[in-house]
Amino acid sequence: MATVDSAVPITAQTRSERLVRMLSRTPLHIALVGIALVWLVPTVGLAITSFRQRPDVASSGWWTALTHWDWTLHNYDDVINATGMGHAWVNSVIITVPATILPLTLGALAAYGFAWVPFPFRDTLFLIIVALMIVPIQTSLVPLLKLFASWGHLNNHYYGIWLAHTAFGLPLAVFLLRNFFITLPKDLIEAARIDGASNLAIFRRIVVPLSVPALASFAIFQFLWVWNDLLMALIFVSDPSKQPMTVRIPYLLSTYGQEYSLLAAAAFLLMILPLIVFFSLQRYFVQGLLAGSVKT
Amino acid sequence: MSTQPVTTPVAAPPPPSEGRGVRAWSRFERLQGMLFVLPALVVLALFLIYPAYYTIRLAFYEGDFHFGFFHYLGLENFKQLLTNDPDFLDLSKFPPGGALVNNLRWVIFYISLSLIIGLGLAVLAVRVRYERVVKTAIFVPMAISATAVGIIWLFVYAPDPNIGVLNALLHGFDNGFHPIAWLGRPNLVNYALIFAYVWASVGFVMVVLSAAIKGIPAEIMEAARVDGAGEWNIFRRIMLPMLSLPISVVTIWLFINVIKVFDLIYVMTGGGPGTSSRVIAFTMYEETFHNGRPGYGAAVAAIMLVLIAPIMVLNVRRFRTEKVVA
Repeated sequence: MATVDSAVPITAQTRSERLVRMLSRTPLHIALVGIALVWLVPTVGLAITSFRQRPDVASSGWWTALTHWDWTLHNYDDVINATGMGHAWVNSVIITVPATILPLTLGALAAYGFAWVPFPFRDTLFLIIVALMIVPIQTSLVPLLKLFASWGHLNNHYYGIWLAHTAFGLPLAVFLLRNFFITLPKDLIEAARIDGASNLAIFRRIVVPLSVPALASFAIFQFLWVWNDLLMALIFVSDPSKQPMTVRIPYLLSTYGQEYSLLAAAAFLLMILPLIVFFSLQRYFVQGLLAGSVKT
Repeated sequence: MSTQPVTTPVAAPPPPSEGRGVRAWSRFERLQGMLFVLPALVVLALFLIYPAYYTIRLAFYEGDFHFGFFHYLGLENFKQLLTNDPDFLDLSKFPPGGALVNNLRWVIFYISLSLIIGLGLAVLAVRVRYERVVKTAIFVPMAISATAVGIIWLFVYAPDPNIGVLNALLHGFDNGFHPIAWLGRPNLVNYALIFAYVWASVGFVMVVLSAAIKGIPAEIMEAARVDGAGEWNIFRRIMLPMLSLPISVVTIWLFINVIKVFDLIYVMTGGGPGTSSRVIAFTMYEETFHNGRPGYGAAVAAIMLVLIAPIMVLNVRRFRTEKVVA
């Protein structure tokens, strides 16, 4: 490389050159920092409001709290206990965990079949699943509700919402996991088969352990999808005492529309789990979201 | 602490080779393969395919309270929707109104704003050392539910100058400024909603495009620079053409988002003031579950399916041409 260096001259910069470069880049910095701030301000405002005393919220903007700091956890106490948001938060967890595990399990099993076992119409069936990934939820709401009602009011329990989310998560799960499984080394699986391993053994001992990143990406995507979902919970969870936060917060909004500190605390409670996931599992999180982009 | 560059999801895995086994598959093993797939297929058939069929059929009926096929109407629901329902499509005034037109506004402004801001950020952020911090700040809203996004932006837009940072800011620039109810005016409400959703989506656009930009070979850019191409020309003639595939992927993602947008509107405006911020998905919900017109709502759902269908075809075709399916 030493001899062709001259093609791209990299000379040591003098001090004045560096200064010019810095100045010419100032607009770039201003634009980037400016946009980042604009993007942060709404969330920061909500967070600050949720920790302010109620009279302060009514009499001055949250930005004044940046200099006159007087914070309280009272809003959280109120919103968790008095308005039942703590209960709704637990409901969200109860809905989300099975609604993540079910499609993950069924999807992984099916993906193994699609990736490694030949059977009739395999490719046609897989293409149908690709198409199903973006079916709008709206085409299923009414018939599913009718179906659940006729099966013993599943929509009064959590079964209905679990099943609905499983159905809507499955196409993506099968698609993603099948595409990952197929990249696993063929020799490994062949060798196991020659040694007489059954399909189930290959699936459990080889495919699943080697596919943790893909499984984690889907699990995180589905977890956030279900946690953040409003529409399906609105339709498929009829019992108010079982409704998740996303459904309860709009009710809070209609009863306490002017109680900004309460609303802020509730919204922050709803965000806290996704934010923890985001900051702790960021790589899988982004991968999961990117992978889910074929679905939305 | 940042959004890692990841390859876009469309990148196809290598195709499976023909005649995958050294040992032939026994009939028993093939049967087993079907057993692996069966539970998923049953769930999909029962909870996704059958309901879609049911909804399309219901669109030709009036429907009753138990969502049964009551009173066959033929195409009457669709006719009503497209010609005689100002809440859905109103071409009699200017600018035209109704849920369908609002969705068109969403298509135009939500997609173009998200693309422009996301692409701009992707191009600019790679040039600074604090790239990761900027990207994280912009990506965070992607994690938040539309319900929370709705509350956050209800605050930003609030007419109360002690809450609404936007009105407070405008008041700061001009003392005679009267606070605007951004969500209370029929001519502003749609754009206010669209911007809130852009805020939530730009991070995704930025991350996908930024990963793609990093995949452009450095030699190409260097060669252009050595030949004296300016930054703008490099962007126009090299980057944009090379980004056309990821941009189209992102555009499709944004389009599907637009057709399905519901949660944010439900939380922020409930379709109001009046019916001025309704979109297709909202009309479906409103007609079916509030106005007790399941057949009419099903017709709206069928229209959604028709709008999404071209993308289904596109996905399947892309998949086949990439020979991911042998």
